[in-house]
Amino acid sequence: MDTGFWQAFLAALALQAGYNSALVAVGAGLLGAAAGAGGTFLFLRKRALVSDAVAHATLPGIGIAFILMVMLGGEGRSLPGLLLGSAVSATVGLFLVEWIARRTRLPEDAAIGAVLSVFFGFGIVLLTVIQTMSSGRQAGLESFLLGSTAGMLYADAVTIAVGGALCVGVVLLLRRPMTIVSFDPDWAAASGVSVRGVDLAIMGLVMAVTVIGLKIVGLILVVALLIIPPVTARFWTERTERVVWIAGALGGAAGYLGAALSASAPDLPTGPLIVLVSFGLFMLSLLLAPVRGVAAALWRHRRFQHDVHRRQGLLALARREAIFDRLTLKVLRREGLIRPDGVETPDGAAQAAKVLRDEKRWDVARRVYRDETIAGRYDGLTSIEAVLTRDEIAELDRRLGPPVSVGPRIAGAVP
Amino acid sequence: MNAFVQLDLTPLLIGVLAAIACALPGNFLLLRRQALIGDAISHVVLPGIVVAFLVTGTITTWPMMLGAGGAAIVAVVLIEAVRRLGRIEPGAAMGVVFTAMFAAGVLLLEQTDTSGVHIDVEHALYGSLESLIWLSADGWGSLLDPVALAGLPPELPRMAAAAALIALLTGVFWRPLKLSTFDEGFAATLGLPVAAISLGLVVAAAVAAVAAFDAVGSIIVIAMFICPPAAARLMTNRLERQVAWSVAFATLSAVLGYVLAGWGPLWLGGTHAVSAAGMIATVSGVILALACLLGPHRARVGAAREA
Amino acid sequence: MPSAEVRLAAEDGRAMRPAAPVDSPFAVQETTVSYGGKPVVFNVDFVAPPNSMVAIVGPNGAGKSSLLKAALGIVPSVSGRVTVFGEPLAKARRRIAYVPQRASVDWDFPTRVIDVVLMGMYRELGLLKLVRRAHREHATACLARVGMADFADRQIGQLSGGQQQRVFLARALAQGADLYLLDEPFAGVDAATEKAIIDVLKSLKAERKTVIAVHHDLATVADYFDHVLLVNVRKIADGPVATTFTGENLQATYGGRLATAHIDQLKLASA
Repeated sequence: MDTGFWQAFLAALALQAGYNSALVAVGAGLLGAAAGAGGTFLFLRKRALVSDAVAHATLPGIGIAFILMVMLGGEGRSLPGLLLGSAVSATVGLFLVEWIARRTRLPEDAAIGAVLSVFFGFGIVLLTVIQTMSSGRQAGLESFLLGSTAGMLYADAVTIAVGGALCVGVVLLLRRPMTIVSFDPDWAAASGVSVRGVDLAIMGLVMAVTVIGLKIVGLILVVALLIIPPVTARFWTERTERVVWIAGALGGAAGYLGAALSASAPDLPTGPLIVLVSFGLFMLSLLLAPVRGVAAALWRHRRFQHDVHRRQGLLALARREAIFDRLTLKVLRREGLIRPDGVETPDGAAQAAKVLRDEKRWDVARRVYRDETIAGRYDGLTSIEAVLTRDEIAELDRRLGPPVSVGPRIAGAVP
Repeated sequence: MNAFVQLDLTPLLIGVLAAIACALPGNFLLLRRQALIGDAISHVVLPGIVVAFLVTGTITTWPMMLGAGGAAIVAVVLIEAVRRLGRIEPGAAMGVVFTAMFAAGVLLLEQTDTSGVHIDVEHALYGSLESLIWLSADGWGSLLDPVALAGLPPELPRMAAAAALIALLTGVFWRPLKLSTFDEGFAATLGLPVAAISLGLVVAAAVAAVAAFDAVGSIIVIAMFICPPAAARLMTNRLERQVAWSVAFATLSAVLGYVLAGWGPLWLGGTHAVSAAGMIATVSGVILALACLLGPHRARVGAAREA
Repeated sequence: MPSAEVRLAAEDGRAMRPAAPVDSPFAVQETTVSYGGKPVVFNVDFVAPPNSMVAIVGPNGAGKSSLLKAALGIVPSVSGRVTVFGEPLAKARRRIAYVPQRASVDWDFPTRVIDVVLMGMYRELGLLKLVRRAHREHATACLARVGMADFADRQIGQLSGGQQQRVFLARALAQGADLYLLDEPFAGVDAATEKAIIDVLKSLKAERKTVIAVHHDLATVADYFDHVLLVNVRKIADGPVATTFTGENLQATYGGRLATAHIDQLKLASA
């Protein structure tokens, strides 16, 4: 990329790339934040793809609104009118998804796919009808498929910015009931929260975000704004309220950055860029997040595997059993617990005795302690010293008797 | 009648074959709770063909098919990876992957000089079934005329081959497919390669989607993956009959949709045909709606799957 | 002092832990299964005696089903080996019949009872062999053994829980195996079904087959089974019911989850 691009990008970031671009960037940021936070509630209720049906179901509404407005003698392209139409048909689509999933034996994913494809197909039919209308040739309704900020009217930009701000306001206002309902609907109902009402509010929010996002991101990609930030945020925290905040921040950042990038050079469509920025943040989190990320999980899994094989190997040594598992033999050799020929080293003998003692202590502990919190902690790896106090262990040892000396043993090999 | 053979026979056949090719694997995807895989696959076809175009510089059949097929497999692997590595529910994993890939496709397309070649998003979405006419035909006799047959739109033999391949695979692997769809754990104890069966099904769906998309566009593909099998499920309680019903519904949707798109507006006093792809999807939706309201087996009876 | 055997092993490099005995229908060794980074089964060794009826017993979440599923390759294990009749699992699948938990499948699946039983004959039927009258009669006979012959043409979703369990057992019978592995066959079934299932299992034993079942009802262990494997993450004990199913072993298996009063009421080994 040349310096001109970076200058343009920095200018756009600083909202210096023209009034409309600035409004679009702010609008996209607000929209992204509202979508990220709102999508979290959908994600937590495991209904992320319902938003895909909602988004595709907007298309017939756009077509019908255009036709109606023209028939009534108005300007068919009025953005608020089209958005109102899209909201109505999205509501119908959403209602149908719920009706099919509840009233028939079809699962919700089939209902989503059916509504999505049929509404979209019908929308395409309407678009071809509009193309044949005398006033429809330049309607440009196709721009709702992928969004388009090029040549956006000032009034449209304001509509988007205001709509985005309103959505953020709704999230801030209703975040507590929405969090409670998505986390535990039964408890919410028991404590007097209207689950149905809050569910409707969540869906209303999703609908609003979708409709406002149509012009910038388009109906095919707007679901990305609702899905990717919550999924990304989930990598960084286990707490619901934080997922909402982080998803909002990530969504806002992706919207703002994507819009600024798109304003920096020609042929950079806004919607796809916002989605790709969001996806980039997702990939970073998937790989690098401290607890749930892939790198951390891989490391943890290797360590876990190592711990299992080490303990199993030591127990086998202590019990004078042969070891067949190659990985177990490898782990023992690498740690110098057995010699290359499979015979245990002095260190191995000491460690084996220690592990065997721990197992024996657990044996006794399970008989002595009826307490679930202690007996239930046994998972093969946890040392009893991590669970009981020194005095309690001494008591176990008294029941066990003195340690028995052990001689050299062989680990054996795969026959 | 000549005009019918010349203008309508081939689009009609291609539409029917595409609908059947998608509906067959759709039955199993529906029962495996993977109905939306079809949606994801048909979205990632776009980046696949754009990349194929960037690599080869031409819009010819095989590179595009390979590109689209490759993209479908990349998408499926990515979805699986995101789902497992990130411990994310399948719907959300799908949403993340296919939107990102579609966005990448659009961005690449915008950045590429595609003037002079016919490649755009709208085309990928709703195809141009109406344009697949058989100009060299001059009546039913042309069906036996090698010269005229040579002028068939290449989409027809391609779609026919894909549909035949998928029908054959469905027949040959019927038992393992049914078994592993119903009870994957039991299938594994029989020694069936359940993971390979699962992937094979998705690849077959990708083949159907890729073969269909450039003739009829993604939107029919998604609709045919879901609507005919879903409607068929409400008609019967036996898998064999469900698949038969789904083929019937797919055929009906394609024929009725094509006819309504071509002649419907004329009957209503309009002058222009509307999108055949859109109308086929719409008709399949109407069939599904009727099945939801009237299908003899529309209500749930069995205990739902736990967990 | 190391025993003579150990020294011998050390000298000629032979393994001390014997390979699973060839006559054992089912043996697992060094098996560890984890779920979410925690072992649910740890380092379990178990050798089932030929022609035995084994109950795998332990508290909920103690890895009973996981042990079975890992042994069958349905879920991955962290370590371990399985031998079936002296052969590795992959070679011996033909001799195994498996009855999964009833809740593991979608009973709304569009198929009939007889079709489910025919699934058990997949090895015989293969990809393309036609279902002939002999196959159908065999499947019907298996249904008759569990008292479900009249339901052959029913949609599976219309069955009660107990009937579903019997259909699964009929499918296993249709496999014609030598080793039967059952995951909670008596969970949530009616008394008639429980009786029907145990009669079939006992007749299998009479036919010299081996039956291993994950079992949750301590009160019936002594009546139904002759061997028991007690697990709580690791193996607590295994052996004949008569000597192993003791109050002390149960206490060690269940810890505080089992009241002493409850144990007193059980039909236990006299030891």
